[in-house]
Amino acid sequence: MKTYTAGISNPDDTKMPAGYSSAIETHELTRKFGDFTAVDSINLHVPSGRIFGLIGPNGAGKTTTIKMLTTLLEPTSGTAKVAGFDVHSSSKEVRKRIGYVPQMLSADGGLTAYENLMLSAKLYGMKRSDRKARVEDALNFMNLSESSNKLVKAYSGGMIRRLELAQAMLHMPSVLFLDEPTIGLDPVARRVVWERLIALRKEYGMTILITTHDMEEADRLCDEIALMHRGKITISGSPADLKTSVGTDANLDDVFVHYSGGVIEEGGNYRDVRKTRRTANRLA
Amino acid sequence: MSEKHAERQTGWLSSFFLVEFFRESLAISEVEIKKLLRDPTELFTRAVQPVLWLVIFGQVFSRVRGIPTGRVTYLAFLTPGILAQSVLFSAIFYGIAVIWERDLGIIHKLMVSPAHRTSLVLGKAVSSGFRGLVQVVIIYVLALVMGISLRWEPWAIGGVLLSVVLGSAIFSTFSLVIACIVKTRERFMGIGQILTMPLFFASNAIYPLELMPPWLRWFARFNPLTYLVDALRSLMIQGGHSVHSFGFDLVVMVSVFIVFLLTARRLYPTLIQ
Ligand SMILES: Nc1ncnc2c1ncn2[C@@H]1O[C@H](COP(=O)(O)OP(=O)(O)OP(=O)(O)O)[C@@H](O)[C@H]1O
Ligand SMILES: [Mg+2]
Repeated sequence: MKTYTAGISNPDDTKMPAGYSSAIETHELTRKFGDFTAVDSINLHVPSGRIFGLIGPNGAGKTTTIKMLTTLLEPTSGTAKVAGFDVHSSSKEVRKRIGYVPQMLSADGGLTAYENLMLSAKLYGMKRSDRKARVEDALNFMNLSESSNKLVKAYSGGMIRRLELAQAMLHMPSVLFLDEPTIGLDPVARRVVWERLIALRKEYGMTILITTHDMEEADRLCDEIALMHRGKITISGSPADLKTSVGTDANLDDVFVHYSGGVIEEGGNYRDVRKTRRTANRLA
Repeated sequence: MSEKHAERQTGWLSSFFLVEFFRESLAISEVEIKKLLRDPTELFTRAVQPVLWLVIFGQVFSRVRGIPTGRVTYLAFLTPGILAQSVLFSAIFYGIAVIWERDLGIIHKLMVSPAHRTSLVLGKAVSSGFRGLVQVVIIYVLALVMGISLRWEPWAIGGVLLSVVLGSAIFSTFSLVIACIVKTRERFMGIGQILTMPLFFASNAIYPLELMPPWLRWFARFNPLTYLVDALRSLMIQGGHSVHSFGFDLVVMVSVFIVFLLTARRLYPTLIQ
């Protein structure tokens, strides 16, 4: 495993405290919107260095969970620690140590890839002398060096996703949060993203939490999966364990249907579908 | 100096709050300005409206003798008002741009960075100030063409630039606050109209406050646009008259900006919840 300094004034700033091995730990984490409970008392434990998958039907509460873990949304009750720090009381420490790719395509289309990354480098407080090298490393790692000076709006969906990963890993965070990282991508682009994620974990030991609706993706990538349904975690375990718990020849699709009680029954609302569609449209 | 030592120094410097804070704000405004220069059509389309106001409205109302404009012509009286108007109208679009960026997820990404939320807001205000400077150039050129006698003393021009940057910062941040409250583009469009028109008409931009009924004059006194126009009136125009001293107008504008900045900083995170 490579050692890394992210060019931050103090390299320890992006690492977890010494001797701490839980990348994510939540205790009865809950979020309500009015009377509606979007995330209901969940307890997660993700050891560092894992790829952890959060799956579940539209509206299950996956994005809401990620927003709480990335300090964007205050929990209504319960606690969460990310990279060793409490999301509520030490949010700034958490932010230094995480990377996040939102469900939407969030790279700025009016800027080049290089400019997008340079902005992040500055916001993450990297030293001037290190910025350029870090940005180029990240572009290289995501195979984007060739087109780094093209405006992002001319990028393909797969390239945008890789740029976003480059942006999320730029400061060498301990934990990465990826909300549906391959939605709307063609099979080839999707595989490239998988391969890069595996490389990120292997080379830098990053912990990765992803949400996905793609069971093949969950099966291929994740060491452990938790299935969310109506704000609760209904089951969690390794892909293999989950499959055997349903039946001998079961695949993850069967697991999904089994533990979320059939998807047709409700499956999110207009708002959720509109969001997903918008992401997919931008890729088209 | 050893490398180690140099490193510690930059470390010390960048942990100094203000340095960090301004670096972040500058990073934000720099990309905004870059995007603006890459596609400047918007800058020019925003110039159309003030041109129409000065050329059409100004010419027609010049014939009405009843508006007391002191020692200057009505057209000269109107020019600073129209500059302030174009500052207001272009800054007020910041809110909708931010809602758009929120829908794209750009704001989410800024918000998970360890950058101070205040500097994220300030960066937007600074780039709006830059837009304001472009408006100054447009209005000055137009005023020259129309034969209005402008003031060219460097300190007067400096005062105009400073006032316009502050005014743009005030209204773009105000717009951000509104965006954080209404949250959707559709609602913002409606509210934006409802807010900008009264701000414009209940100010001294196109007529002096004396003409207004007392209740409206009272409202105009709480309108930041009034202080921007007041400062501009003597700074831009030869023989122009300001009701307050420049110092007073500045203090009012800076205070209003600080209040909006702190409010926007509080509300900004709610935009993505
Ligand atoms: N700001 C909000 N105000 C009110 N309700 C919300 C808000 N954000 C999310 N919700 C609701 O909370 C529930 C969980 O939403 P969330 O986005 O976390 O689901 P998800 O599992 O990510 O779904 P998807 O797979 O469609 O992305 C949904 O019913 C959603 O409508
Ligand atoms: Mg989601």
